[in-house]
Amino acid sequence: MRITQGTFSYLPDFTDEEISKQVQYCLDNEWPLSVEYTDDPHPRNIYWEMWGLPMFDLKDAAGVLEEVNACRDAYPEHYIKVNAYDASLGRQTTALSFIVARPTTEPGMRLDRQEGSDRRIGYTTHAYAVERPVGERYSGKS
Amino acid sequence: MTGTDDEQGSSKQGDRWAAGVIPYAEMGYWQPDYEPADTDILAVFRISPQEGVPPEEAGAAVAGESSTATWTVVWTDRLTAHEHYQAKCYRVEKVPGAEGQYMAYIAYDIDLFEEGSIANLTSSIIGNVFGFKPLKALRLEDMRIPVAYVKTFQGPSHGIVMEREYLNKYGRPLLGATTKPKLGLSARNYGRVVYEALRGGLDFTKDDENINSQPFMRWRDRYLFSMEGVNRAQAATGEIKGHYLNVTAATMEQMYERAEFARDLGSIIVMIDLTIGYTAIQSMSEWCRRNGMILHLHRAGHGTYTRQKNHGISFRVIAKWMRLAGVDHIHAGTVVGKLEGDPASVKGYYDVLRLNKTPVDPAKGLFFAQDWVSMPGVMPVASGGIHAGQMHQLVDLFGDDVILQFGGGTIGHPMGISAGAEANRVALEAVVKARNEGMDLMEGGEELLRRTAERNKPLEMALATWGDITFNYESTDTLDVTETPTSS
Repeated sequence: MRITQGTFSYLPDFTDEEISKQVQYCLDNEWPLSVEYTDDPHPRNIYWEMWGLPMFDLKDAAGVLEEVNACRDAYPEHYIKVNAYDASLGRQTTALSFIVARPTTEPGMRLDRQEGSDRRIGYTTHAYAVERPVGERYSGKS
Repeated sequence: MTGTDDEQGSSKQGDRWAAGVIPYAEMGYWQPDYEPADTDILAVFRISPQEGVPPEEAGAAVAGESSTATWTVVWTDRLTAHEHYQAKCYRVEKVPGAEGQYMAYIAYDIDLFEEGSIANLTSSIIGNVFGFKPLKALRLEDMRIPVAYVKTFQGPSHGIVMEREYLNKYGRPLLGATTKPKLGLSARNYGRVVYEALRGGLDFTKDDENINSQPFMRWRDRYLFSMEGVNRAQAATGEIKGHYLNVTAATMEQMYERAEFARDLGSIIVMIDLTIGYTAIQSMSEWCRRNGMILHLHRAGHGTYTRQKNHGISFRVIAKWMRLAGVDHIHAGTVVGKLEGDPASVKGYYDVLRLNKTPVDPAKGLFFAQDWVSMPGVMPVASGGIHAGQMHQLVDLFGDDVILQFGGGTIGHPMGISAGAEANRVALEAVVKARNEGMDLMEGGEELLRRTAERNKPLEMALATWGDITFNYESTDTLDVTETPTSS
């Protein structure tokens, strides 16, 4: 199952050149970039691990791509995303966020139902991968 | 309107308080030298006076009838600081190219209005005056809400930024679809449409404005089945999904009951229709902020009073009121779809909803500068007769902060609802990617969609089915751009 979080998950995975073009667009808008990774793909997992601080002073797309690749090398079986941040008044939030690396296999999620009274159901989205401890969730095999 | 003869002679002071009827202009409602205060609420009306009524007198009459005046002199005015409470018509201009029509600018002191009440604001500004006989027609074109009055409202329950952070979706328009057919589906079949559309790639699905709680599907059943669809789609994609559950009902008590049930089922959003009224909208806005729910507004009924150029209220005014009243979403036009919407005017509505400050811009129908002093923006919704083949135009027109809703353009897809949703999502992401890479979408968008469709069957089918569909009719509500832009 392909998790479709992020701005471009319905397109084929981006090449480094395509990533660089998006990064350049962000830099042109004065949005600093950051890299984050996780092995917990739950849609409400807001706080992925930060690969260093946001690169407030880095103005070069090649430098951002270097960080992306360093993160990929360190966490080859994680989700990795590139975020652009718009600090301008009235926004002060993420401007663009797209996935640039995924585990080799994505086992996906199941839906748990707590059946209550009067036909109410409480729903919980459960990622199969998080049944294992952090760091052991994606082996590259299913 | 011409006034009765006044037996007391021509001394202004004497005239003003003599019993009987005198022109509004002479009662102080026409003040061409008046400099509006920063705290004044300003309105501009398009007036069509009856034959023989001078435009200044007509403007003064509108000022009078929307503030303190009645048809005759009343001595009890003298018990008040009446000049303070009188609205003042301070400018009247001919509308270029429209015989017998004038723009009348009117200033209202802020003391005329209750803090934080759209009902009170509108009871004054549009209360009695629209039926006033000396005018053939009257249209409220725009308003300037002063900062001091803006600050008596909290605005959208959450606003654009908070909504994106709730959804964890950035950098592209959101996608939605209204469940079709609007009427007749059972709850089980309805939930199927919700599931398929969300699983295929949409962010939201939506009840239509007239889906409330009819015999063929009661609200509680619809909510149960729809939320099953939402949660299944969420697990299938790993993305946050929502369905606008319409809570519109006959009473506030029923609306609260429905909204609470939607909340308890885990819905992130509820929906109301404009027909519930301004007070109910403000109540639901507060409820949504208290309960962490996004509030979607369908502008049901607005076309009855926003569409005709010479009478009613411009939608840009409704947009301002709804930002104050506090909705998170509002339908604001598509330009390219099946519903009324002059391109320049629609861009003006989007500015009013999304920007923190809007300057005077006659080319977009913005008569006044407006400062929202950081009030969150409202997410505009483009809905009605749009399809994947127009994606490049829609992104070019509206940018990222908009919800593009493809109802027929999702559900009518020949390969099924899920494929229809996928076609829209693939088209959207391809267009946003290309725009960010520097493509001029109006130049290269069509070709881009064609190339993208070569490796995506659902998009190929969508383009083959709807690619040529356009709704090219002349707009009714167009702008009369003044030859010399004014700077009020």
